[in-house]
Amino acid sequence: MGETAGHVVILGAGHAGGTAAALLRQYGYTGHITLIGEEPIPPYQRPPLSKAWLKGEANADDLTLKPVEFYAESKIDFRPNLKGVQIDRKDKRVTLSDGSVILYDTLILATGARPIALPLPGADLEGVLFLRTAADAEALKAQVGPGKRLAVVGGGYIGLEVAASGRALGAEVVVLERENRLLARVACEALSEFFKGYHESKGVQFELGCSVTGFVGENGHITGVLLESGRIVPCDAAVVGVGVRPNDEIAREAGLSVGRGVLVDLDARTSDPDIYAIGDVTERPMPHYGDRMFRPESVPSALEQAKQAAAAICARPRPAPEVPWNWSDQYDLKLQIAGLPFDADDLLIRGDPATGKFAVFHLKGDVVQSVESINSPPEFMMGKQLIASKKPVSREKLADPTISMKEVAA
Amino acid sequence: MAKITYIEFDGTEHVVDVKSGLSVMEGAVKNNIPGIDADCGGACACATCHVYVDEAWRDKTGSMSAMEESMLDFAENVETNSRLSCQIKVSDELDGLVVRMPESQH
Ligand SMILES: Cc1cc2nc3c(=O)[nH]c(=O)nc-3n(C[C@H](O)[C@H](O)[C@H](O)COP(=O)(O)OP(=O)(O)OC[C@H]3O[C@@H](n4cnc5c(N)ncnc54)[C@H](O)[C@@H]3O)c2cc1C
Ligand code: FES
Repeated sequence: MGETAGHVVILGAGHAGGTAAALLRQYGYTGHITLIGEEPIPPYQRPPLSKAWLKGEANADDLTLKPVEFYAESKIDFRPNLKGVQIDRKDKRVTLSDGSVILYDTLILATGARPIALPLPGADLEGVLFLRTAADAEALKAQVGPGKRLAVVGGGYIGLEVAASGRALGAEVVVLERENRLLARVACEALSEFFKGYHESKGVQFELGCSVTGFVGENGHITGVLLESGRIVPCDAAVVGVGVRPNDEIAREAGLSVGRGVLVDLDARTSDPDIYAIGDVTERPMPHYGDRMFRPESVPSALEQAKQAAAAICARPRPAPEVPWNWSDQYDLKLQIAGLPFDADDLLIRGDPATGKFAVFHLKGDVVQSVESINSPPEFMMGKQLIASKKPVSREKLADPTISMKEVAA
Repeated sequence: MAKITYIEFDGTEHVVDVKSGLSVMEGAVKNNIPGIDADCGGACACATCHVYVDEAWRDKTGSMSAMEESMLDFAENVETNSRLSCQIKVSDELDGLVVRMPESQH
């Protein structure tokens, strides 16, 4: 242990902040830890909010990272319903929303991100919802059920997961997307097409290339989504999922370097050596892709950065870089994505999308940059290893699903 | 409820009571036991909850789904007694279970 006792203050008690607090104790940190979170409940996992939890297959307890007693038992001062509002780097103190001030030796910013709001007429109607927090999810769940009509604004992963869960609960679902295809920001066209077809086969309706211009309602409650064409798509609730924005204002105001998020290095350190930042609020290096910086908005990245920060604070060796990855569950489809398609010059589809089991490899020359796999764990797992090793592969072999991934990578 | 012994790669043992219905992975994570990362929180999507199940418990921990088998087939340091701990549900039957952790989950 290289550390001397001190005080680590963590702002944001989400997936990243909660994990960092727990890891500091795992790594033997003996100083004070204060975990300050705006939400009323201890850190929990968000991914199930659009998946298993929404469908009723997981309960609230399943979502919490640690039981609430854990924090007191581990001498982590968990303070819910409290926000950091200002950082004074010179005197190393943070002003909190209740007017009090807390001193730190080391500060970890783990403030996450918030959904982008649509500043449109009617956006304040009851039934116009977002999905980021457990409270948001409760509100959404109350609106989906047999016979209810749900409009999903934004055809990204969270929107599609909500659509799938909505169908599972018997709701009628329409997805409204501004781009001409789904997942336009995050997936290749083959995958967009596949998901569209699959969701349609499950009864989801799509309106692509349509611009939402407002929400209409009666007695303060939404009754429909207004499109630019003047048409109204009737619904009982609308969930807006058009992306997130990092909660980086507090860092910006404190004069830290901020790009598309708080800029950090591979120790999750910001431009101030006593301040770390982890999770969705950061723009971070992607060591498998040269000097690329990126804001991954994913749990694996948040966990990796929590490890980096905790290791640096406890003077442990820097953890080896992990290949970025992510997943999504929709109906009986398991999507697993490894890597990022940076600099890819070609893509190759292994398997037949019509079978609901295939993978899309993004290649730079003969090197795999990323893979998007549907119900194909071998392609995902081996793809991840190939991304890490940068080992060239034979395209012919990779394109032939009768040749095993072990042989492809051999 | 089951008493479960988690043994880290360096031999450190952790014995904890885990509620029935939770997974063996959750038993470790909720008790802050090192060695199981569980990136995906139990969605059988990451294989970072890999454990070795002691011989005596192989039958009682049940059989693997095709998904689990397929993920493990490509994980590192896999042995015949490897499992993804998020796929093992805890019940009274598993009282006394012993699982060991691999050197690394990544
Ligand atoms: C519905 C849904 C589904 C998702 N599915 C997946 C998935 O399948 N796979 C995946 O990898 N990722 C998924 N994600 C993304 C994933 O949840 C995030 O990447 C992850 O939560 C990031 O963790 P974080 O701690 O950085 O941010 P958060 O978990 O958002 O936590 C930040 C916390 O900080 C609090 N806070 C903000 N400002 C302050 C302040 N000034 N002071 C104190 N507290 C503050 C916030 O209230 C919040 O509680 C999903 C997200 C959602 C919403
Ligand atoms: S926790 Fe991800 S596979 Fe078990």
